[in-house]
Amino acid sequence: MKYGIVRFPGSNCDHDAFYTASQNGTAEYLWHKDTTIPKGIDCIILPGGFSYGDYLRCGAIARFSPIMREVVTFANRGGLVIGICNGFQILTEAGLLPGVLLRNSSLNFVCRDVFLSVANNTTPFTSALKPNQIVRIPVAHGDGNYYADNETIAKLETNNQVVFRYSDAEGRLTEAANPNGSINNIAGIINERGNVLGMMPHPERYSDDLLGCSDGKAVFQSLELFDKSNSAKMVEPTSY
Amino acid sequence: MHEQSTHHLYSEINVTSETAKELGLTTAEYEQICGVLGRIPTYTELGIYSVMWSEHCSYKNSILQLKTLPRSGGRMLVEAGEENAGLIDIGDGYAIAFKIESHNHPSAVEPFQGAATGVGGILRDIFTMGARPVAALNSLRFGNLDNDHTKYLLKGVVHGIGHYGNCFGVPTVGGEVYFDECYTDNPLVNAMAVGIVKVGETASAIAIGAGNPVMILGSSTGKDGIHGASLLASREFDEKTEDMRPTVQVGDPFAEKLLLEATLELIASGCVVGMQDMGAAGICCSTSEMSAKGNAGMSINLDLVPLREDGMSAYEIMLSESQERMLAVIEKGKEHIARAICEKWDVPMTEIGEVSDDGIVRVFRFGKQVVEIPAYSLVLGGGAPVYVRESREPSYIPTVRSAEFTVDNSLNQEMFWKILTSPTIASKRWIYEQYDSQVRTNTMNIKGDAAVMRIKELPGKGFAVCTDCNSRYAYLNPYRGGMIAVAEAARNVVCVGAEPVAITNCLNFGNPYDEEVYYQFKEAIRGMGDACRALETPVTGGNVSFHNQSRNHAIFPTPTIGMLGLIEDVTKITGSGFRASGDVIMILGNSSREELGGSEYIKQLTGNILGDAPMLDIDEEKRLQKATLTAIRSGLIHSAHDCSDGGLAIALAEKAINSVGSLGAEINSEFGKNASQLFGEMQSRIVVSVQPEHIDSLKVLCTEHTVDCVEIGRVVIDNFTLGGIKTTVELLRKEYNSALETAVLG
Repeated sequence: MKYGIVRFPGSNCDHDAFYTASQNGTAEYLWHKDTTIPKGIDCIILPGGFSYGDYLRCGAIARFSPIMREVVTFANRGGLVIGICNGFQILTEAGLLPGVLLRNSSLNFVCRDVFLSVANNTTPFTSALKPNQIVRIPVAHGDGNYYADNETIAKLETNNQVVFRYSDAEGRLTEAANPNGSINNIAGIINERGNVLGMMPHPERYSDDLLGCSDGKAVFQSLELFDKSNSAKMVEPTSY
Repeated sequence: MHEQSTHHLYSEINVTSETAKELGLTTAEYEQICGVLGRIPTYTELGIYSVMWSEHCSYKNSILQLKTLPRSGGRMLVEAGEENAGLIDIGDGYAIAFKIESHNHPSAVEPFQGAATGVGGILRDIFTMGARPVAALNSLRFGNLDNDHTKYLLKGVVHGIGHYGNCFGVPTVGGEVYFDECYTDNPLVNAMAVGIVKVGETASAIAIGAGNPVMILGSSTGKDGIHGASLLASREFDEKTEDMRPTVQVGDPFAEKLLLEATLELIASGCVVGMQDMGAAGICCSTSEMSAKGNAGMSINLDLVPLREDGMSAYEIMLSESQERMLAVIEKGKEHIARAICEKWDVPMTEIGEVSDDGIVRVFRFGKQVVEIPAYSLVLGGGAPVYVRESREPSYIPTVRSAEFTVDNSLNQEMFWKILTSPTIASKRWIYEQYDSQVRTNTMNIKGDAAVMRIKELPGKGFAVCTDCNSRYAYLNPYRGGMIAVAEAARNVVCVGAEPVAITNCLNFGNPYDEEVYYQFKEAIRGMGDACRALETPVTGGNVSFHNQSRNHAIFPTPTIGMLGLIEDVTKITGSGFRASGDVIMILGNSSREELGGSEYIKQLTGNILGDAPMLDIDEEKRLQKATLTAIRSGLIHSAHDCSDGGLAIALAEKAINSVGSLGAEINSEFGKNASQLFGEMQSRIVVSVQPEHIDSLKVLCTEHTVDCVEIGRVVIDNFTLGGIKTTVELLRKEYNSALETAVLG
């Protein structure tokens, strides 16, 4: 799988996403001022960080970057997109995902390991995981409190669009296990079409055994599986 | 007495010795300036001298002592003080740049921005050299947490550090936080950063080549931080300090992130002749230091400097400490390369002058020349004053050392919980979870005695880093306190499996004109020097912060040490927590002394810091560290933890709290009989857990190194038994992990 890692001014997990993506597939950087996406990119990652300083509102300025128009087109044509942390915030601002990420309920930035319960393993990003499998992946954010109106939440739940939920080590969806106050312990969601994932935890940070945990690698392994099964079926699924 | 011969120079205000005094210069210093110039300085010139000759920039009262430290040798690539940060050869063509610096006074006045810009400043020191910052640490000191102002300062400082480091994208991986009454009005905020650079691809803070353009990069210049270095950082606190808030700078980590990327690309492109960040004393410090270093001069037109408001005077522009700015000398003819890189990163770059070859800094504003100063006369190592200060043993020392205290062993259990939950000892989780400790995916462990980081550029290798200073020891015995700070920092990196190679230091003291304070300073440096020589960890640089006092009351002498250790093989490292039940618990090192002086136990018992600092035999320490490191590298040790604040009882409790799963300890009754065995802070001890099959090999290794090695108990599941203390790992964790948060949030 070929990944395109978007670098916004203020992205700071761009190196990490690049490093992990290239351990699992191949990767190249995409620049925020670019107006085209090179041919052959299968999956675009919007990495974590503080794009444009997160001034005004997290992700609110990044969505107006020239590259974002291309990312939206890419996604609308079925290309795979992952937004991690700040990337998730940008996806909601860009309208590719519903809802919004509010300030953490503690009002503090929080960096710690959390357990995630896999709510949907039928996506291209989670097929290497089992239903309700528990994975340990870190969060690091000040604004990760997922919020949407009741109707949207109900729709997300009905459509099975919640992909990850914060849980304890046994998979219980407790308040204590929720690091930021997200509704229904939501940690990651997917769009209706199933090709755009947004998640606050950082799978790219725990993808290397040397760092003590590699549970995050499953996301990249899932994408490789998807790539293999697709390349058998389709020719250039995302070319346009 | 001096002729007013400034015919071609313009002065906004007529200068007299009174003006000099208002800017913090002494009459003698004013006379010296007139002598150097052969005339009365202009107002802008006087402002420049006042900051360049301030304690903060000139080290005038400390440099003679600093020169007694071992400042070269080992793996050092530049001598201490030569560049913005120390540089250590780590082999295979790479080097580590690291430095620690204080931002105490700004943080006392405005904790959020003070701490944030402290982090910003130290990060700039690292990347100005061409190194990418890969780790940040901070060493903090506050008053007692029962005070609302202390809570305000702590929350502000922690938010400030997180705000800046998290956004910039450097993992904050370690540090220390102490609470003692002496820091109530004068907290300490010491920020440290570590970066990695290829050898030979560093940039130097030098101006050479007449005609080369001088560029200012980054943010525009405003009226913030004027006289931060001279009037705020170089004098003590009084009732006017609140009014100094406008001298504190305002940080913008996003601007710094762009400046980082642009700077590294500029250096890599080969168009940079020299570069220096603008921290303390802004444009005047960077222009004069870079010129002096290159035996060059500069001609600067302030009308070209991008300003945040119109009409700023030459004085204000020269002294502004607006953040996120760099001064760069670019090779003539390569301006277009520099411009393209800065445009890519949206970093403003403006040519404001050029290098000259006559050693004179000339500054122009509104078409008039306002400054003409020999660069050399301004800087440390050049014409800046150097003072010999008198010292005298403080009168409190005999009193505190001979103080009597009554130990009641029936209180041991109660004292254990008191000590374990005191904010100085308890978990700092509430603080460190507010810092991103993992960005850049190099962080291997932050829960051991030192942070362990891998080096992606050198697969298999890593480094360990920590900060350390127990200022109570330095208060009771400045010489030994200085020595212990170095020894303990080295012990900490050894405990994770790294070889200590060099230090950076941040020396926080009171008013150097007070002979008793100067004694503390001189003695602490003597102790540090002896320890650094013995442990072969030279001093790469650092910073001195004097005038940490308020209402005639100085802080404890606090010589904070930042220690760097190297790891040859990242698969051979250790954590502090127990790893398997059935493992044997042993103490390596000193087993002959029993002391309680300066301990947290005495603090909890009497409310005071009493006794003498623990004994330290530096040769014994060195043998212990060598033996432990060899044992870790040979895979003989399952876990290692320095026995320090709170003594053996706390070291064992922490090993249980940090254990894999829920592992406690059962300690033989003879090792927890009395308070000094439990809580004494005897030096040169490392508590380890060892698989039974490795005991014999470890004993042999210890004998070879002439290091004592005593079995004291076993690792067990769930329970913790030591002397009269019987509890569970679950309860230890609950109390230890929640104590600080409860104390802060109430």
